[in-house]
Amino acid sequence: MKIAIIDYKAGNIKSVEAALQRLGCQTVLTKEHDVITSADKVIFPGVGNAGAAMEALKSTGLNKIIPELKQPVLGICLGMQLMCRHSQEEDTDGLGIFDINVVKFNATNGEKIPHMGWNEIYNLKTPLYKGITDNSFMYFVHSYMVPVFEYTAAKCNYTTEFSASIAKDNFYGVQFHPEKSGTIGQLILENFIKL
Amino acid sequence: MLAKRIIACLDVKDGQTVKGVSFENLRYAGDPVELGKAYSEQGVDELVYLDITATNEGRKQIYSLVESVAKNLSIPFTIGGGISSVEDAENLLIYGADKISVNSAAVKNPQLVSDLAKKFGKQFVVVAIDAKEINNQWIVHTHGGKKATNLELYSWAKEMEERGAGEILFTSMNHDGHQNGFANESLAKLSEMLTIPVIASGGAGEMEHFKDVFTKGKADAALAASIFHFGKIAIPELKQYLIKEKINVRP
Repeated sequence: MKIAIIDYKAGNIKSVEAALQRLGCQTVLTKEHDVITSADKVIFPGVGNAGAAMEALKSTGLNKIIPELKQPVLGICLGMQLMCRHSQEEDTDGLGIFDINVVKFNATNGEKIPHMGWNEIYNLKTPLYKGITDNSFMYFVHSYMVPVFEYTAAKCNYTTEFSASIAKDNFYGVQFHPEKSGTIGQLILENFIKL
Repeated sequence: MLAKRIIACLDVKDGQTVKGVSFENLRYAGDPVELGKAYSEQGVDELVYLDITATNEGRKQIYSLVESVAKNLSIPFTIGGGISSVEDAENLLIYGADKISVNSAAVKNPQLVSDLAKKFGKQFVVVAIDAKEINNQWIVHTHGGKKATNLELYSWAKEMEERGAGEILFTSMNHDGHQNGFANESLAKLSEMLTIPVIASGGAGEMEHFKDVFTKGKADAALAASIFHFGKIAIPELKQYLIKEKINVRP
């Protein structure tokens, strides 16, 4: 199993690499278009700022490649948000794979932002969550979120109900960090590899 | 619901854990990676590795430690101690750190926190504040609590938040080491005035202290070291106790 991890200098990818390697995958961190398009699976990671991240994708032409991918693609955290149409973070246009806008959390009851720590996911859909029970705790770190919409594959609640995960065709997104979510996170990565 | 976090702190010197530990079935109690794994398996929510190495030579070993922790652990971890530049932080990120914590360096150069947040995102930046209550005023200290500054806890924490800190790790020097409970009243005040999470540190001695720090102290996370290392409180029992007390924690 050869997995391409998209390299656009967006945060900590060491842990994603390590988690996949523990599952016996061969990983390659790359921005080469042909390496990405020929991989069995693609991971689209990301931590940081949406505006800067989109600029980095455009500068290497990856913004054109990613929406055309045919194999299973998993966007993690900012990676998932960039697969959406637009982000309120620095008024950034995303890749538009999912027709939904990413918005900032509205802390109406004095909730702390970023949403940081372990929270429960529920209403789990798609084979990504095979063997995973409702209300499993996953590790989240984010200030912007994808609202619940028709492609929501898992929900979470913080200030409001939002998409902990999204899925459409071969594109999957997780707002949480499976590589930081202990054994349950590892199982989600394993499910992704098996897709 | 977002869970309250339990964080174990490990002091590391020249790449080895320094405080004694009483984990059974642990072959290398001094190995910070093995120890971190043991904590992770017990259900700790996060780890903080605090590098107390004094020499530059010893400090380089922190990179291989970070790399090894990132490879072997699947929970978030923070590296703190001696980080004083954007370059230091970037190296730690490259080797796999999820967060870094800065303390004395932020006092010396507050702009550092702004620069770190801008470059790596605020989620990467924990600002640790050691403070001591003297005549009803919380005075910020640096250099492991040895040097008093002219900064006051609340205004300093607010400035750090405004500059881009993602979390504040507040250690009460009055409570640290006494195992009589956390500085709950001051923690609550701090937590209410900030819009970022507060990690409470200093004073954990009994399981009840954790309940109090989350209810009375309004902390988002609680950090402890010796009581975990010496086995006075086991993480699984602590979690069970907190769940029974209706505190939302990850089982």
